[in-house]
Amino acid sequence: MVATSRTTVSTRLPKMSIVVRNRGRIVAGILAVWLLLWLVLRGTHTLALGGAQLTTVHHWFNDLNDAIGAGRDSNPLFLYFFDYIRVGIDEFVVFVQSIIAQPSFDRPVPLIGWFGVVALVGFVSWAVANVRVALLATAGFFFLGLQGLWRESMDTLALTLAAVIISLLVGIPLGIWAGMSDRFNRLVTPVLDFMQIMPSFVYLAPLTLFFLIGPASATIATLIYAAPPVIRLTAHGIRSAPHDTVEASESLGSTRTQTLTKVLLPAAKRTIVLGVNQTIMAALAMVTIAALIDAPGLGKTVVKALQTLDVGTAFNAGLAIVVMAIVLDRVTTAAADRGRRNRPYRIVLWLAALPTAFAVWLSYTYVWAAEFDSSLDIGSRIAVWAGDATTWVQSNLAPVTNGVKDVFTLVLIDPLQSVLADSPWWLVAAAVVAISLVVGSVRAAIVSAVCLALIVLSGLWSDSMTTLASTIVATVFTMIIAVLAGVWMGRSRRADRVIRPVLDAGQTMPVFVYLVPFLALFAASRFTAIAAAVVYAVPVATKIIADGVRGVSGTTVEASVASGSSTWQTITKVQLPMSARAVALATNQGLIYVLCMVVVGGLVGAGALGYDVVAGFSQGQLYGKGLAAGIAIVLLGVMLDRLTQAAANRTHRGG
Amino acid sequence: MVKRTLAVALVAVLGLAGCVGPKVAKNQAGSGGSCGHFKLAVNPWVGYEANAAVIAYVAEKNLGCRVTKKDLKEEVAWQGFGTGEVDAVVENWGHDDLRKKYIDEQKIGVSAGSTGVKGEIGWYVPPWLAKQHPELLDWNNLNKYAEMFRTSESGGQGQLLDGDPSFVTNDEALVKNLGLNFKVVYGGSETALIQAFRQAEERRTPLIGYFYSPQWLFTEVKLERVKLPAHTPGCDEVAEKIACDYPDYDLDKIVSRKFANANGPAYQLVRNFQWTNDDQNIVARWIAVDKMSPEAAAKRWVEQNPDKVKAWLPVT
Repeated sequence: MVATSRTTVSTRLPKMSIVVRNRGRIVAGILAVWLLLWLVLRGTHTLALGGAQLTTVHHWFNDLNDAIGAGRDSNPLFLYFFDYIRVGIDEFVVFVQSIIAQPSFDRPVPLIGWFGVVALVGFVSWAVANVRVALLATAGFFFLGLQGLWRESMDTLALTLAAVIISLLVGIPLGIWAGMSDRFNRLVTPVLDFMQIMPSFVYLAPLTLFFLIGPASATIATLIYAAPPVIRLTAHGIRSAPHDTVEASESLGSTRTQTLTKVLLPAAKRTIVLGVNQTIMAALAMVTIAALIDAPGLGKTVVKALQTLDVGTAFNAGLAIVVMAIVLDRVTTAAADRGRRNRPYRIVLWLAALPTAFAVWLSYTYVWAAEFDSSLDIGSRIAVWAGDATTWVQSNLAPVTNGVKDVFTLVLIDPLQSVLADSPWWLVAAAVVAISLVVGSVRAAIVSAVCLALIVLSGLWSDSMTTLASTIVATVFTMIIAVLAGVWMGRSRRADRVIRPVLDAGQTMPVFVYLVPFLALFAASRFTAIAAAVVYAVPVATKIIADGVRGVSGTTVEASVASGSSTWQTITKVQLPMSARAVALATNQGLIYVLCMVVVGGLVGAGALGYDVVAGFSQGQLYGKGLAAGIAIVLLGVMLDRLTQAAANRTHRGG
Repeated sequence: MVKRTLAVALVAVLGLAGCVGPKVAKNQAGSGGSCGHFKLAVNPWVGYEANAAVIAYVAEKNLGCRVTKKDLKEEVAWQGFGTGEVDAVVENWGHDDLRKKYIDEQKIGVSAGSTGVKGEIGWYVPPWLAKQHPELLDWNNLNKYAEMFRTSESGGQGQLLDGDPSFVTNDEALVKNLGLNFKVVYGGSETALIQAFRQAEERRTPLIGYFYSPQWLFTEVKLERVKLPAHTPGCDEVAEKIACDYPDYDLDKIVSRKFANANGPAYQLVRNFQWTNDDQNIVARWIAVDKMSPEAAAKRWVEQNPDKVKAWLPVT
């Protein structure tokens, strides 16, 4: 989402190709000098820091954290401000839970049972979208019950809905503001970067200090990660509203408010709904993390199952999250796509509302409609099947995959890491700033310089470079897969239909589920971390590229085919170049998503910044270091983001 | 028209099928009792889960408490003493850092005595390796085998795999001070450690790493501990100079000061609670290997050990 708010004016300069070629040469020159100096200076000024070593900055963060904890009961900020927020959110979540998830109002079951919820979901999907997705939604929610996870799913749904609703209430107005005001947009963008890239492990423990252990903390943890997409996309939608319409509206004497509600918002509606959709996805991605601070629902099932490495049970719960994500995604997307014409007649809607209300009443009154019949459970069979499949994969593929890991590590990861982490810090910094200047812009070079300086200050330079090396490798892998799959999906509707659910699963299946087999296949290693990051980042990059390729006008493609181009030529000479912006955006997003997985990498042997964050979450005296590591990840993210954006804008201008 | 017919048909079917079967009953009046609300933290490992399950079961059934179990990591759980969100932590592995912060400095937690379970931390190898190279079980011989433990992550040296950063580790200092040609590689999670040991045994690959007992994995793979220079009192005082084995841990219970001062039945139960490694292992095994729910496992154990349970109950 980071790059979407950029618009560039394309000005074609005739001499650009020479400049581009020169630029390539300059970058090669910089790299050559870097390598030469690396040979000589290897191992000096690397700013390495041992596992338990701390710097002044880390101690300072620790003291700050302790001071907040100790002053909690007497601080007026807590007594009045945070406590009111907490109470408000707690009440709201508990209210939603009491309707669909938790026993309430002196009843052993929630107000609306499974039958009512399934009927409501079907009805609402039909009312806002169409019959097809309504059927999908009904079937999907019924499947949750079949999995034996109805109660857990509804807990997750309640928490997700609460977080999403609050995100939208806060996010859409902020997004509109950011869309109308350049200054506010500049102010809010780094904050959103921070919210999206900062590993949630860093703020989980402090959150429970501010908002106690309970629904409020879980909801706030979720919305910190989930709110940015809707803010960014709302702003983007407002910004890309056609200029002439806005001017026409203004010249006709409309007020600002009128222009906003009558012109800008309707024009931005599709993009805003896309933002809502992304916010829902992000909220579901937080389900397992929130379980670490006692958030009820499917996340807990996953976390508990993994304590005993029960992949089958974890998979079953993960599958429920995926099903819920796909249902919510398809319904919101269909709602955004539907024109006014396809709306069902009001009378038909009313007629359908009657049986829905009846179903809700039944599920309130009768046990069979309130609680899902557990004898229908197919969840345990899914668990057994998934467990067996995992065991088979682990014991049959592991020898091969371990070899693959060793080779990749030796020829790709180790050399890159050595160049980045074993060079003197000033050499790396100088080279990165110089490259930013050449491929990006003066602005990008300044951003790089500031970020690198702050990373040095964080005391975690060496770890940051190790993480950077893995990040680069993971992003390259991601892009290779994303371009292949994206082009295929963009060219074939059928491929799209088959691949898209797989991508959705990759995006929302909790990583913890597939980490266990990954650990068996690749052992605890940097490669495992890279593989997990690729699984998470490929979907978003692929979807963007597929969208871009499909956006290339049909006549251009036909012309290319008619003039005798082979499929390969059509792809490489027409479709890919014409979707260059989509590829650039995909790279940028791929990077951000890979960085989101750095912490997960720390859990499977990647060490470096990810491990620092995890250790900070687990051990009091390492808290400050964990926080510093979290900030270092954000700095890497901001630097790479601005650099790729600047480079993309430049190539775009260059044609 | 079709839709309308369908809707009518649906209503008819629902009407016929729906209005049968038992109705949802109202809850009986709450079973308050004198115990009140007991908030028990559950840290994320199975041994802890076993302790918590049995305590919760007894508190509910024998004392009539309303028990809320909260799934939390250690640091967050201890923090909860201050905010009143957590009453008790019922298996604590040392954690001198947390003790210092929450017991000595903030004075919001107090120790409630031993759980009776002894914890061991150390370096372990899978059983097949111990059988084939018994001399590996002495640290003096480790360097001879360093080459064998090399991996893609250990940069030419032998790999010593570390796990979940929640536990105290002196391994970097140990490797350095014992002059071992090994590199500590941080697996980063218990999952990574268990998977590594399990696979090393299955595929007969060499592995040495940090591990601990009691842990349910021992019921499946009997890891062998490597002997390091014996622990003597004070040998681990200066972190950078440690060259001795880990001490044995007396796993204990920590409760919030408020909870202890109120001295209710739930507190007395927690204070009196004590059992053995074998007791915990059997309950942990039921949960981890036999896939019983913690409640069912606790019920079974309590029914089999009425005398032990009786000793924990508050004297009235």
